[in-house]
Amino acid sequence: MSTISSLPAVSRRGFLGGGAAMAGAFAFGFSFPLPGRAVAQQAAREVNAWVVIQPDETVIIRIARVEMGQGSLTGLAQLAAEELDCDWDKVRFELVKPMANRSRDKVWKDLSTGGSRAIRGSQDYVRMGGATARAMLVEAAAQGWGVPASECRVSKGVISHPASSRSTTYGAVAGAANAIIPPTDITLKDPEDWTIAGQPLKRIDTMDKLNGSLVYGMDISMPDMLVAIPKACPVHGGKLKSFDAAAVSGMRGVKHVIKVDDETVAVVADTFWRAKTALDALPIEWDEGENARVSSADIAKMLREGLTADTPYVGNRVGDAKATLGGAARVIEADYSFPYQNHAPMEVLSATVRWTPERCEMWGPTQVPDAALDTLASAAGLPPEKCEVHVMRIGGSFGRRLFTDYVRMATLIAKQVPGAPVKMMWTREEDMVQGRFHPVTQCRLRAALDADGEVEALHMRISGQSIMAYMRPNIMTENGDPIMFQGLMPGGAEMAIGYSFPNLLIDHAMRNPHVRPGPWRGVNLNQNAVYLECFIDEIAAATGQDPLALRRKLMKNHPKHLAVLEAAAKGIGWDTPPEKGRARGLAQIMGFGSYVAAAAEVSVTNGELRIHRIVAATNPGYVVNPQQVDAQISGSFVYGLSAMLHGECTVKDGRIEQENFDSYTVMRLDEMPDVEVISMPSGGFWGGVGEPTIAVAAPAVLNAVFAATGKRVRNLPLKNADLNMS
Amino acid sequence: MAKLNINGRIVEVDVEDDTPLLWVIREHVGLTGTKYGCGVAQCGACTVHVDGVATRSCVLPISAVEESEKIVTIEGLGAEKPHPVQQAWAELDVAQCGYCQVGMIMAASSLLAQNPNPSDADIRAEMTNICRCGTYGRVLAGVKLAAERMRG
Ligand code: FES
Ligand code: FES
Repeated sequence: MSTISSLPAVSRRGFLGGGAAMAGAFAFGFSFPLPGRAVAQQAAREVNAWVVIQPDETVIIRIARVEMGQGSLTGLAQLAAEELDCDWDKVRFELVKPMANRSRDKVWKDLSTGGSRAIRGSQDYVRMGGATARAMLVEAAAQGWGVPASECRVSKGVISHPASSRSTTYGAVAGAANAIIPPTDITLKDPEDWTIAGQPLKRIDTMDKLNGSLVYGMDISMPDMLVAIPKACPVHGGKLKSFDAAAVSGMRGVKHVIKVDDETVAVVADTFWRAKTALDALPIEWDEGENARVSSADIAKMLREGLTADTPYVGNRVGDAKATLGGAARVIEADYSFPYQNHAPMEVLSATVRWTPERCEMWGPTQVPDAALDTLASAAGLPPEKCEVHVMRIGGSFGRRLFTDYVRMATLIAKQVPGAPVKMMWTREEDMVQGRFHPVTQCRLRAALDADGEVEALHMRISGQSIMAYMRPNIMTENGDPIMFQGLMPGGAEMAIGYSFPNLLIDHAMRNPHVRPGPWRGVNLNQNAVYLECFIDEIAAATGQDPLALRRKLMKNHPKHLAVLEAAAKGIGWDTPPEKGRARGLAQIMGFGSYVAAAAEVSVTNGELRIHRIVAATNPGYVVNPQQVDAQISGSFVYGLSAMLHGECTVKDGRIEQENFDSYTVMRLDEMPDVEVISMPSGGFWGGVGEPTIAVAAPAVLNAVFAATGKRVRNLPLKNADLNMS
Repeated sequence: MAKLNINGRIVEVDVEDDTPLLWVIREHVGLTGTKYGCGVAQCGACTVHVDGVATRSCVLPISAVEESEKIVTIEGLGAEKPHPVQQAWAELDVAQCGYCQVGMIMAASSLLAQNPNPSDADIRAEMTNICRCGTYGRVLAGVKLAAERMRG
């Protein structure tokens, strides 16, 4: 029932993380499951790396990607169970730990979870894992009966041999199946024939979320555990100069005041509240460094300079856009900007680490278990073989835990308190200030129009921050950051632009302020979609064309992009006028391998925006769980619209000003529009679901705002714009 | 020593007067279903019932809580049988990461105790908890479903 089964005792099989969850059972109760429950108590038998079957027919599917709310845990279990032909009601899950992956030669491949890749990046080998296990189970039964496996049938975990009227179960033959040599000539099912995958099944990891028994990283408790709260220099890149430990060391519960690294101090106490009280009282001096006076205005200026700078990185070029613009009958031009955003998942960062000279273990949330293990080992000063990361389900993450800074920090703290488990917890304030922020960019768009208003050329100059320059300098090309152009690339299966222009230039002038950036759900697709889709609308308005009609013209070579746009437009009723006082807007983009579009209907009364409806259309190739795709799209709209309406992290004196939800406003239920999802998987490719649609919510709404008010909001968030009609 | 009535049990805790009820419940009583999200009464992750009223426990100092006040946490809400709100949440698969959902469920159950037939506008106005996964659509539907069930 709960991840608590691995706390702190390592479950018997060593490599099994997490717990097994009941599918379908409604197991409420006050009691917490005991360590070692469920999985370890029976002689569970591993058929292969993906499938374990217990004598009581419980089917345990190993999940090698991280679950942080996106529902991929259930989707992956569906894919494996589909090929396995087991009884879905008997499916439980276990989370794979990175040390197990390492010691078994990466049999579960990449454990990391980001880029909307959990399902599309592993569906083939997860399905193969289920199918191979099925074949081994059938072969084991067939050998027992002395009949050919080809004469056997399987239904819901029951193997039968109709010719001799015999039958057995997966649970009965699992032990023998493990010894069967895995066949290599397996054909996966045609998705047309799916009965478990493709169905709107409920999540298998829900029940403990509803009764409070799910132990998140923040909730870990162990005997003799201490709590550490860190504080790092609020100006990124600044240093810790000094602190006066004596001023707080006599406070109740305080055990240690620790220099963690060059920029961080931490108070270690017996409880959160005592550690926080002491940290708040601790005199600290910072050496804030060269960025101590930087403000948002300085950063905006730095980016503005990039709008006209030479030697940019070209992401997409067709013909000669600059020359065409130079000689055009008419040029329209607009500048846009997108601010810093914090991930602000509901669960702030934490990690519990126990260090001894012989062994170091971490219990905590991460999106990158393998990298977290490496970080843990290097900070612990131990080989990875003497370390372990106990993977947990996460209370939201959205990209923040692709970094392992906090793992390193927790390890450096624990190392100074040998033997004691130390739960490092960040305050919301620390989480807000020490984020890895959605980067800032500006964009200048220029379109050349001929005498008839046809678009002859488009130049899109993006200026601003590169995530990869900070996060993964090794994937930077010699010209720049290749993921800047998400949704704008000339082609390919991941992030291709959906328009054809006779002349096109999309380029990037990299300008990197000192604020640390990171991938934030949707990454660069967010701003790119706002820039491109709002400007297409600007062209339509400037040339007196219907926004859909103009897009149809420009998109005729991009049928997949156009198909989702047409569906969203039809869904909102684009051909019939909205009721009085309402207006509509459209947007489309491709990202993370999927085609997405949105149509929004809004009204603006006395300067107040109300978003009534959004229709979203998506073609992710295949849909493994339609109701979870609905949840992802609806949820991503909340995240994207939160940013568009309110989200803004500003910089003053070198530091982020917003420290909590009172100043970093996010969307709540009162602003939630009705969201209708049109899922239109075409097959033939596997696209992502968690991120792509986030990007179309904002431009669709902004275009609707223009339709309603004639006001073009080009600088986000919208709260800074005056929508009163003058 | 402060005495508290939590989920029908009297517990004694030795904490500083300014300790928020949230941290007493989580760290001294050991019930971690109630979550920390912001500490400043913004998000609702820490919602518990105090004499039936949804209360943000992160800003309620223990010195302001009387022994006579009945505190119910998520562990107490569905202890005997799942609360209709929990059932509705399961039926509609409301939770994504789940971190905010305990607070949502505590807020919704208190809302329905006071207003058995809330309109959409009531629910939108009363349910001010933050969900960063964006489950609001299903939260709205969940409250309505639970209300329907509770009215019978
Ligand atoms: S933790 Fe209490 S309202 Fe956020
Ligand atoms: S379900 Fe994740 S924050 Fe609400």
